[in-house]
Amino acid sequence: MNIAVCVSHVPDTTTKIRIAADKQNIEQQGVSYILNPYDEFAIEEALKLKEKNGGEVVVISAGGETSKETIRKALAMGADRGVLLKTNGFVDSISLAKALAEEIKSNGSEIVLMGKQSIDYDNSITAQAAAEILGYGCVTVCVDLKIDGTKVIAEREIEGGREVVETSLPVVISAQKGLNNPRYPAIKGIMEAKRKPIAEKDAALGKVHTVLSELKLPSAKNPGRIIGTDSSAVPELVRLLREEAKVI
Amino acid sequence: MIEESVESRFIIGFTEEQKVIRDTIKDYADHVIRPKVMEFDEAQEFPLAILKELGEMGFMGILIPEQYGGSGLGYVEYALIIEELAKVDPSIALSVAAHNGLCTNHLYLFGNEEQREKYLPDLASGRVIGAWGLTEPFSGSDAAAMKTTAVKESGAWMVNGSKNFITHGTYADTSVILAITNKEKGKKGISAFIAGRNYDGYSASKKENKLGMRASDTAQLSFMNLRLPEENLLGNEGEGFIQAMKVLEGGRISIAALSCGLAQGALDASLKYSSERVQFGKSINSFQGIQFKLADMETNINAARLLTYQAAVAKDNGQPIHDIAPKAKLFASEIAEKAASEAVQIFGGYGFTKDYPVEKFYRDVKLLTIGEGTSEVQRIVIARNLAQE
Repeated sequence: MNIAVCVSHVPDTTTKIRIAADKQNIEQQGVSYILNPYDEFAIEEALKLKEKNGGEVVVISAGGETSKETIRKALAMGADRGVLLKTNGFVDSISLAKALAEEIKSNGSEIVLMGKQSIDYDNSITAQAAAEILGYGCVTVCVDLKIDGTKVIAEREIEGGREVVETSLPVVISAQKGLNNPRYPAIKGIMEAKRKPIAEKDAALGKVHTVLSELKLPSAKNPGRIIGTDSSAVPELVRLLREEAKVI
Repeated sequence: MIEESVESRFIIGFTEEQKVIRDTIKDYADHVIRPKVMEFDEAQEFPLAILKELGEMGFMGILIPEQYGGSGLGYVEYALIIEELAKVDPSIALSVAAHNGLCTNHLYLFGNEEQREKYLPDLASGRVIGAWGLTEPFSGSDAAAMKTTAVKESGAWMVNGSKNFITHGTYADTSVILAITNKEKGKKGISAFIAGRNYDGYSASKKENKLGMRASDTAQLSFMNLRLPEENLLGNEGEGFIQAMKVLEGGRISIAALSCGLAQGALDASLKYSSERVQFGKSINSFQGIQFKLADMETNINAARLLTYQAAVAKDNGQPIHDIAPKAKLFASEIAEKAASEAVQIFGGYGFTKDYPVEKFYRDVKLLTIGEGTSEVQRIVIARNLAQE
């Protein structure tokens, strides 16, 4: 079984974002990067499939030189080899999906896994777009996956419940929290990762679909208000929650 | 953010792999250990499941070569791992240090090929927890004044006596213990043996109710006509004491690293709290009284880390560390004690409660100026080294 996992190198969730002077980037100083948390579920699922059925897990990431750190983390968890599709600056999701699809096609992967979204740009579109370009089936927001031969039975998270869907290989799956518990890399895996190959090539992005005009910070939140400190404040609190905040 | 600044202000560069190992154990400590720290502490529960999991990840055989099932790393990685664990839970850091640095390391350094192959794979993978017995009820700093004896009787060693304050005393299946084999020869009449729960006459009792490091299991070991096979002798007869001193020398690096981690944990908590706590209309970190404390903690931690990693690098390079390791252990443990105390002061009344992490750091830290050689013993060693120069 030939499995591809697409991963993103993203700023840590605790990063305090500051926008750089060019308004195209965030300030890099003091920012640490991590493997996109949703991609961890994708890697874990790929490794479980490999442990069950054999095969190879290839990790693909589009980005700059530093994205190799994230590829190495996936290799440390147990993936077999990495591919870095080199890009420079902002890449729109459709172009990204095209570049990933090119690589997946040349690799012949029949199962493609990735996080349901990357926590930096939050587009939640790459999996669907890549599936469309490849002509593969697609299951998004997946929380349970069973593959038997070429038959794929997956559960998706939907509002208030789950949806069970069936499709067949080849398929692109986007992973949601709950799919599994991602493993921590073992020291052995970390040491082996440095000996695993990472191929580098230019990303085949093709036509540019969307350009980044400007990054902006959200407007500052209003400070909290203290209505009172004892039970006499409750009626006013209820009134405000109902009439002003309109949450009850 | 904090991690980043540590990196940029630290003069020893770590390799990519070292950073990944550090980040991995940090991630594990933050997500798996941190939510349970107070639960373990209050119940004095030994977190066996966590140690087993750390074993599967390779953190219970850090210094042991891969051929014996270990991770084959050096003291720099060892110190990084202990430091990261101690930032979150010093008592789990202590367990990992005692298992790796004392029992397992003693077996690796002084065991013969047969002993290494028999015991190390289980210890290095955390399948078996190890203990190390030197201290006795009536001998602490004066370790050579031990009373436990081992007498050779018809092809076996008959051991009688007891060991005190033994980390993992209750949970360890395998232990290394020291006993007198020739009273006349003093220090040169002490030998090391492999023992364990599977031998008759070996028992663990009296789990200590401790001030701090409460998740780490500390118990007494008793030997009543404990009959150990001849082949359980480690190295040569009469070499036990010198072996123990060698083991403790490396152990000092791990306690120094543990101290750096604990102090950093106290500083991190203080930085956060002092930026959020408002008095007189301002965050308290805008007052110089608080700033000076934070500056002193930061400066001391930086200095302690330099000593610690200087010792770790020297050890990895095969250079002698009898001089640097005691300095690292002494300085790091004492600045950690100061840092924990100042952290409680910064937190004020809240620091005195169990709702904030500094209360536990304050209790845990006291072990560090006592265990694996008290501050006084470190000073004696340092002064003795000076006299010999």
